[in-house]
Order: sequence, then structure tokens, then C-alpha cells
Amino acid sequence: MKETLLLTKHMRENPENSHLIDVYEKNNGYSAARKVLKDNNPGDVIEEIKTSNIRGRGGAGFPTGVKWGFLAEDQERYLVINADESEPGTFKDRILLERDPHQLIEGIIVTSFASNISKAFIYIRGEYAKPARRVQDAVEQAYEKGYLGKNIFDSGKDLDVVVHLGAGAYICGEETALLNSLEGRRGEPRLKPPYFPAVKGLYNKPTLVNNVETISSVPWIINNSGKDYAKLGVEGSTGTRIFSLSGHVNNPGNFEIEMGCSFGEFIDTFGNGIKENKAVKAYIPGGASAPWFTGDQLDIKMTIDDVANAGSMLGSGAVVVMDEDTNLVLAAKSIVSFFAHESCGQCTPCREGTTWLEMILDRIASGRGRTSDIDLLLDVCDNISPGLTWPPQMTTICPLGPSAVSPITSLMGSFREEVESLLPKKVLINNE
Amino acid sequence: MSWDSKLIDRAKEIIELYPQKRSALGPLLYLAQEKEGYIDDDSVVEISKLIGITEVQVRSVASFYTMYKQEPSGKYLLSVCKSISCEINNSREVIDNIKEFTGLANNETDIESTFTFEEVECIGACGGAPAVQVNYETVEGVTPPKALELCKYLKEEVPEVIVADDLQDKFGGIKSFDWAIEDNSGTSSTAPGFQIIGTSEEK
Ligand SMILES: Cc1cc2nc3c(=O)[nH]c(=O)nc-3n(C[C@H](O)[C@H](O)[C@H](O)COP(=O)(O)O)c2cc1C
Ligand code: SF4
Ligand code: FES
Repeated sequence: MKETLLLTKHMRENPENSHLIDVYEKNNGYSAARKVLKDNNPGDVIEEIKTSNIRGRGGAGFPTGVKWGFLAEDQERYLVINADESEPGTFKDRILLERDPHQLIEGIIVTSFASNISKAFIYIRGEYAKPARRVQDAVEQAYEKGYLGKNIFDSGKDLDVVVHLGAGAYICGEETALLNSLEGRRGEPRLKPPYFPAVKGLYNKPTLVNNVETISSVPWIINNSGKDYAKLGVEGSTGTRIFSLSGHVNNPGNFEIEMGCSFGEFIDTFGNGIKENKAVKAYIPGGASAPWFTGDQLDIKMTIDDVANAGSMLGSGAVVVMDEDTNLVLAAKSIVSFFAHESCGQCTPCREGTTWLEMILDRIASGRGRTSDIDLLLDVCDNISPGLTWPPQMTTICPLGPSAVSPITSLMGSFREEVESLLPKKVLINNE
Repeated sequence: MSWDSKLIDRAKEIIELYPQKRSALGPLLYLAQEKEGYIDDDSVVEISKLIGITEVQVRSVASFYTMYKQEPSGKYLLSVCKSISCEINNSREVIDNIKEFTGLANNETDIESTFTFEEVECIGACGGAPAVQVNYETVEGVTPPKALELCKYLKEEVPEVIVADDLQDKFGGIKSFDWAIEDNSGTSSTAPGFQIIGTSEEK
């Protein structure tokens, strides 16, 4: 099994200077942008993206061409690149920002042209200061060359790109929270409907919000074809995807592969096995929001649909491996604490529920648990996400609340005994 | 302290980038963070005037985000990740060591204003767990003993500009990916170093 390099090819071949515009151009860079601006047929570009069948890489897996297709008509429309990457386990956008910023900018040019947009924002999480500097340098190089600004590539079209730094709030990855944040407000998700920023987004204008990896894929699709892209991977999960592998593996990192192999193969081949040759106890297939799989489920295929059918999600493409000695109560607590900390506080079940879950897990982990705690945990979960089904039902404005439920249902579903062993035994009264 | 004309000019340039003034609020809060080490009352007043929103509105946004500090921070902001990949790779020992060296609990600043210590959520360096940031510059693969050395270095050498690559060479270990490109840029304040805000520096 090998990597298939589309998005990470240029950076691999020019490790020390892939971020410079001249080097990028020498390797066929900006040819997709040149081509679409010369052909001057936006409809064709959207068709090509639709044919590629690429689905968004931000987590939800929404078909990108379809999203572009329903951007509402308006004089003023915006493109916003979601570079808020904060889902624990995920660091794949970071490599694209740091090591191939021009690929992203070229994707932005093509996307903006296809959707008749003349202002784009790249919203980068504040903790990614270094990647943001790289991207800003690249934006400035592109302005100098006339690839951004007025009359780009002498096409008569204008395009401005602004790099905007977030300030430490995971919830701003949720697209409507991101837009509020970009408007200078608290990063609180907006009530739906309207369901899509494509109808009412930034400043209430039609707005495309796409992930860094999604838009970085656009130049390849244009240079080759949507059809060629669709040939990679499997149906429903076409193309390549950069998976971030971390946890107890010997060789963590980002690996770009065609979707479709099994998690076991992926972990063995690229992760180079588990540290100290231990066994896998559990793993997270798609970032902290995703329900876990057990070490017995390593043959599940890495596609959006296979993972969904098995009761979890491929999400942001972050695989976190936990070995046989992992204290899963502490692992669950870490994830629940994350969501408790990152809850924006608008919805009571999320704000209060996640805090309670954190407190109860904390007391179980430190040996102060109560016999009733498992029921209590599940009851709180049920208030956040009624029925504890997958995909989750919601009592909240956004999916962050239900995400905190994932580690607990995983824990109770497959590792209940481990939790029970930390609790006092049930006391039998009157020899009942 | 109120803002001098140079700072106000910088703020106005930032405001120009956006279709609506209010969008510049985030970057302007970073100007305050750079200048004072936190969001001070005078800056709130200046920003509210520049953007045309109330002071309460400015505070309400500033208090929402963890990177805007509501109290003065030390010269070096040490942020240690405690999210899942770091948690299962021994970040707790890194945290314990830093706490012991600095004598600080979570979210505290020492009396000399050298260090502010905080436990943070995932900083996108999970492949290089455990990961630490100093003034938002990432160091990956920081072992517990290296964490101590890092603190000692900052305290004794008092570097002016914090550069991720520099700290990584000295105190880092396993990385999320090959950084590959040589980099000399960083920051000299507890605001992230970024050209547009005017906080990035070369070493
Ligand atoms: C709580 C939450 C956090 C999210 N975080 C991110 C993120 O960090 N990056 C991202 O691209 N999408 C994130 N998303 C998904 C976005 O809302 C949105 O679907 C995505 O940016 C669309 O881009 P895509 O279609 O290219 O995937 C998040 C969603 C939720 C509910
Ligand atoms: S679910 Fe949580 S994070 Fe999402 S809007 Fe409600 S309170 Fe905010
Ligand atoms: S979990 Fe620590 S950097 Fe991501």
C-alpha cells in the first residue's frame, strides 16, 4: 500500500522551498487558474467539480459541486476558507497552509471565478500563527505577480484575499460561528434555517464556506479532470484524502491516500505499528467528535459511507490510536473536557450537560465514583442527544453538544466493565 | 495607556481590509494584547471608538475567546496541550514539570511577570504530542525533561523574539510532519506573530 500524492506532491518534491511562488509556478503552478480565466466559462468549472464528486473535507462531507451550485445570486458574494482546524487529532490543514500555500490560493482563484466572487477570506485559527504568516507571505507574492488584486491574469476580473486570524475557539470551525467571528462577534453558531451560508452568510450575503483541503484539491481537478479525480478512491469517497494519524503509533503524521483501505492496514503501513508492539484497544476514526471503534474493528474501510454504516464518522480525517494500556476513562474525560471547554454556551443541554459529564467522569477516574454514575452519565447524554442514536438527534443549535456524547456511548458500549471496575460495588440490602 | 497615533494608523489600515468595520475587532484586540499583554480598559475605549460599537460589545467579544487575555500576562505565555493525543502521550507529566518549575497553577502569572502558564485544548500538533506553545509558537514532541529545559532557557536567556523553529531545534522532538522550510519569523509579545496585525518579527 502506498500514498497517492495529489495535494502533497509539490511539497514533497520541493521540500525546502515549496512555499515560493516561482517554485510553485515552475511545477505547473497557477496553470489551472490561468486556464479557467482564459476559457472564461464558470459553468464548466462547476461541472468539473461536480463530476469529480469531491465531498467537503471539513467534516460533514457535503458534495462540493452541489454546494457551489446553490450559491444564491447577488452582487456581493463571498468565499470563506475554513482554516480553523481545531478538532483534536487533526493537523492536515496545517501542512497544506505551511508547505503549499499557493495551491490553496490557486484553488481560491478558481473557486472565486466559478462563483463570481471578488472577495475571499482565509480564516485561520489564532494558534496557527506560523502557518498564517506563510499564507500571508504567499498572498503578497500573488498580489505582486498580478494573480490577486485588480484585473487578475489580465482577465478583467478582480479578486481580493484577506487572511484573518481567529482567537482560540474551536466552535468557530462551525461555519456559521466562523462567519459571526469574522464579522467581529462572539463565535456563536447561528440558528438554522437558513441552513446554508450559500443563501445567507457573511454580512447576510451569499457565502461559500469550504475547508482548506477541499479548496486545495481544486487545482488538480482542473488541471486533470473531474473524471480522473473520480477514478481515484471509491464511489462516494472519490479522490485522495490527507489523514492525520496520532496517538500510540510509532510513526505519526499526515498521509495522503485514496480512500478505501482498512484502518488496520493504514495504521500498520504508515503508523509503522503500535509503540512497543502493543495491541490496539480502541481508535477514533475521524476526530474527537467521532464515536470510537475497538481493536476488533480494524478491518473497517476508510470511506465516508463505510465508517458511517459502522456507527461513526470519517469526520476531519483524524485517526487517533489508543493501545491496550490506555486508561479509557481518562481518554473519554479528556475529550468531554474539550467539548465542555469549547461549548459556546447558547444551549442549556450543551453548556450544562458537558460540564456535568466532565465532573462525573472526573470523580469516576479519581476513584470517587458512585454506583449510579453510569446511569447518570447516560441520562445526561440522553438530554443532549435523545435516544443516543447515530447519527445523533439534537436538542441543540449545533452538533458540538452531541459530539461530547460520542466518547461516553463508546465507553459504555464496548468498555463498560472498565468503568464499572472503578465504581464501588452495588450494596445488597436485606440479602436482596 | 491610550493609543498613540502610530497605533491608531495601524488600526485604521486593518479596518480598511474589511467590508464592514466591525470585522476588524479581532485583529484590533490583538493590538491591545501586544501592547499591554492583555485587553486593558483604555484599549477597549479606543477600539470601541475606532469601530463604532459600544465598550460592552467590545468586552463581550474579547471575553469569548481564549487568546484575548482579560488579565496581564507574563512575557512568555506557556500553553500546554491536554487534548486526547497529548493526554495519552504523557502531557500530564509535561504539565506537572512546568507547574513545578514556575510555581504556577493553570492560568496564573508569576510575580516577576516572566511566565503565564495555561493548559489548552488541541493546538493542531497531535502527531508531535505532547505539544507546547510559547507565545503561540509551536514546539512539538516536548518530553517532560525538555519542558524543564525550555522553561530554564526562557528564564535565563530571556530571548526577545520567540521563533518556533528555534525552540523546536533546542527543545522539541517528534513532529507532526517535516517542517522542511527554514523559518526565522516569530513574535515578541503574547499576541500571535502575524504581519497584518504588525506583530510578526524576524529573529
Ligand atoms: C463544532 C464544529 C466544528 C467544525 N470545525 C471545522 C474546522 O475546524 N474546519 C473545517 O473545515 N470545518 C469544520 N466544521 C465543518 C464546517 O461547519 C463546514 O461544514 C465546513 O467548513 C465546510 O467545508 P467543506 O464543505 O469543504 O468541508 C466544523 C463543524 C462543527 C459543527
Ligand atoms: S450545541 Fe453547544 S456549541 Fe453548539 S450552539 Fe449550542 S451551546 Fe453552542
Ligand atoms: S491533541 Fe495535543 S496538539 Fe492535538
